[in-house]
Amino acid sequence: MLKQKLQEVFNEPGCPTNQAKSTDDRRKGCARKTLTPGAAAGGCAFDGAKVALQPITDAAHLVHGPIACEGNSWDSRHSFSSGPMLYRIGMTTDLQELDIIHGGEKKLFRAIGEIITRFDPPAVFVYQTCVPALIGDDLVKVCALAAETYGKPVIPVNAPGFAGSKNLGNKLGGEALLDYVIGSREPAVTTPCDINVLGEYNVAGELWQVKPLFERLGIRILASITGDGRYAEVCTAHRARLNMMVCSQALITLARKMEERWGIPYFEGSFYGIGDTSEALRTIARMLVGGGAPADLTGRTETLIAAEEARAWARLAAFRPALEGKRVLLYTGGVKSWSVISALQEVGMTVIGTSVRKSTEDDKAKARALLGPDALLFDQIAPREMYRMLAEGEADILMSGGRTQFVALKAKVPWLDINQERHHPFAGYGGMVNLVRGIHRELTNPVWAAVRRPPPWATTPIEAGVQP
Amino acid sequence: MTVQPLHPRKAAAINPLKMSAPLGAAMAFLGLESCLPLFHGSQGCTAFALVALVRHFREAIPLQTTAMNELSTILGGADHVEQAIGTIFERARPRVIGLCTTGLTETRGEDMVGDLKLMRARHPEWSDLAVVFAPTPDYIGGMQEGWGSAVTAMIETLVPERRCTPVAKARINILAGCHLTPGDLEELREIVEACGLEPIILPDLSGSLDGHVAEGYIPHSLGGTGLDQIRAMGRSIHTLVVGEHMRAAAEALHRRTGVAFTLLPHLTGLEASDRLIALLSGLSREPVPERLRRRRSQLLDAMLDGHIPFAGKRVAIAAEPDLLLALGTLFSDLGATLQVAVTTGAAPGLPALAARRLLVGDLDDLERDAPGCDLLVTNAQGAETARRTGIPLFRAGFPLFDRLGAAHRVSVGYRGSRDLIFEIGNILIDRNHPDQTREEDDDRTIDPQAAAG
Repeated sequence: MLKQKLQEVFNEPGCPTNQAKSTDDRRKGCARKTLTPGAAAGGCAFDGAKVALQPITDAAHLVHGPIACEGNSWDSRHSFSSGPMLYRIGMTTDLQELDIIHGGEKKLFRAIGEIITRFDPPAVFVYQTCVPALIGDDLVKVCALAAETYGKPVIPVNAPGFAGSKNLGNKLGGEALLDYVIGSREPAVTTPCDINVLGEYNVAGELWQVKPLFERLGIRILASITGDGRYAEVCTAHRARLNMMVCSQALITLARKMEERWGIPYFEGSFYGIGDTSEALRTIARMLVGGGAPADLTGRTETLIAAEEARAWARLAAFRPALEGKRVLLYTGGVKSWSVISALQEVGMTVIGTSVRKSTEDDKAKARALLGPDALLFDQIAPREMYRMLAEGEADILMSGGRTQFVALKAKVPWLDINQERHHPFAGYGGMVNLVRGIHRELTNPVWAAVRRPPPWATTPIEAGVQP
Repeated sequence: MTVQPLHPRKAAAINPLKMSAPLGAAMAFLGLESCLPLFHGSQGCTAFALVALVRHFREAIPLQTTAMNELSTILGGADHVEQAIGTIFERARPRVIGLCTTGLTETRGEDMVGDLKLMRARHPEWSDLAVVFAPTPDYIGGMQEGWGSAVTAMIETLVPERRCTPVAKARINILAGCHLTPGDLEELREIVEACGLEPIILPDLSGSLDGHVAEGYIPHSLGGTGLDQIRAMGRSIHTLVVGEHMRAAAEALHRRTGVAFTLLPHLTGLEASDRLIALLSGLSREPVPERLRRRRSQLLDAMLDGHIPFAGKRVAIAAEPDLLLALGTLFSDLGATLQVAVTTGAAPGLPALAARRLLVGDLDDLERDAPGCDLLVTNAQGAETARRTGIPLFRAGFPLFDRLGAAHRVSVGYRGSRDLIFEIGNILIDRNHPDQTREEDDDRTIDPQAAAG
């Protein structure tokens, strides 16, 4: 069954990368090529599924497996909630040797019961992991039985770690929503301006950077999938007029299937960068009007964009003198790095290279056009090479995730966190100002001069008897 | 008051306290010089452990994966192990690879020892590369068990099996448990040297994970116990073992070399520090140096000052067994009450802990019994528990991702215990507003047999 599911998500007609492949390559899937034993980095499918679903804040998230899967990582993401906090409670069946010998199904069933009794959540998401998948615990059956027994949705998320990469796990998380959640409830009211936002996880409160813009335009987020999400809202997502995919690669299958089933058009957009945010708002307005929303939405959107852009550029101008000519190395998943590039260029910075690991060909072309022929476009840089580049001063600042944080810091080079563990929201107009402010703070911190300065006793010989 | 830990019959662990055995093993391997730990499992096993280690130590952590997938899980993972070792050997050139299994590969049941033998025969170029294999199924034990398993494997693989005459200079082995921080090891080394002895510490995080800035990029551990030091452990006069979870490793070393050992569960507090110094002084046949006598006197003074805020306070503590024993003993020795002590598994020594309630459980168990307490003691995951209960948190154990300098915390010996009393005492001073009902409640638990000595 998992195998079937994998073929289904690998064969994604909505994905341009996939369409460019031969039938054989397509069957092999999209995420496996990077997994080299001894040189792999990154999370597993379970990790990805959890990333995609855990921001549903009022649901319980139970991990069926031994302690490593949940014990080593629970509550480690900064996906914010404006209300319920249940999603931050770590829950696992903590399988022991005897459970593995006798099978973990009964323990899982009891665990679901304990959680429902204790927390009374609107739903329980149950995540499969490698060990119970290997011993054949029937997650789907146990969840169905528990749902029947307790009269509550209990959703199996079948994405054991060995199935593949984190990205694949994102997709499998989306499949669980399609199979069990979306369409299971009707919204109380609908409006012609209802949209869903897919693949925005409200890391550091990023959704809240753009939500007020929607509100000013009278656009309602019917379901956020899944940042600051609520279970009941996700259930009603099938009644939206439009899907915006924020992290395209991850949830494209979900968007396409929602279009097939419920006729919801989708587009791919980004809230990173000023131009991108405007473009996303424009597209939303155009598509909603096309689907029957009041025609004045277009004009109101343009007015809002003009005002917000002017304000953002004015705020950014203050940073320009200090940042002019500074060189940035961008090391992200690379989904939409070109949209960040254009913002950095606007304040006078030079991007010397960017990762394009998860980018589509189209994205790569955009990045290349922005950066010119000399810049580096790379999939991955080995940590050793990155250290060399930074230590030799090829960049003034590294913008990356926590994994490479200490490569930069040990090379005594400024570093800015742009990963999911970051604390500052970078989305929307205000977010781009936050980003540039963050860079400015890093680059102007006096600590760099202090740590790079050799001790006085190492450079000048101290003469005997002379007080320093 | 002695109690055996309770195992509540519940199926779901809520806010787990336990972390995985391979994570503990990886941390131990990082205390070897030029080592790269490798998890035999799917890449998530490594990713989660890596992130936890990076966040705690604030260091780039070398840790690799055999990247098992569905197919290799069914057909067997030996090829992946071989490929991973080959890749690591080519790219990072470590002297040791610490191979740890996971729940996935242990459930499948792989013959790692046999597979490794065949691989080595196929790869003569690996002749100078040591591969230390530690079985660490995720479903047995937690971090300290994984750490113990790794150290046992280091000894079984790297220490030659023969009796030697001890070296002239008084050298001792120290088998350090995972409840000791790099800062603790640095302090311990200084104490041992002050007593006129030279220590070989295994594993030695104080050289590798003590947060230093290296000149250049190193793809494996930098610092830590050297291979030649490990091979020379048979020539020491004695082995000091810190932590009950190190007993198997201690016995393995004794079996292979004949070097006798003394096991101390921990080195925190007056009694434990006294036992440590007595042992060291006995081994060196030298009187205890003046500066250690001075530090003991400082600790006594800290206890005299510190017992006042500690007395009568109620503490809820959650930690792995040996750390629990170290900290729990300190609290009860200063007159505080352990309202609840939560740990990750049954272990020797725990029944001696004077806790009102001792159980194998999670942070949810801690939270349930915490109301009315003055202090929570657990790892950084307890921050939310502290927020919900309104009780201050003293962070201890692993992970401490929301504090700087986790590696440099010291709680061993006279000086470390002194500073620990001050640090905790200062939190407790802010809780000096006794609840009358609670005080009366406590009066009813007075043991008529126990009188002040």
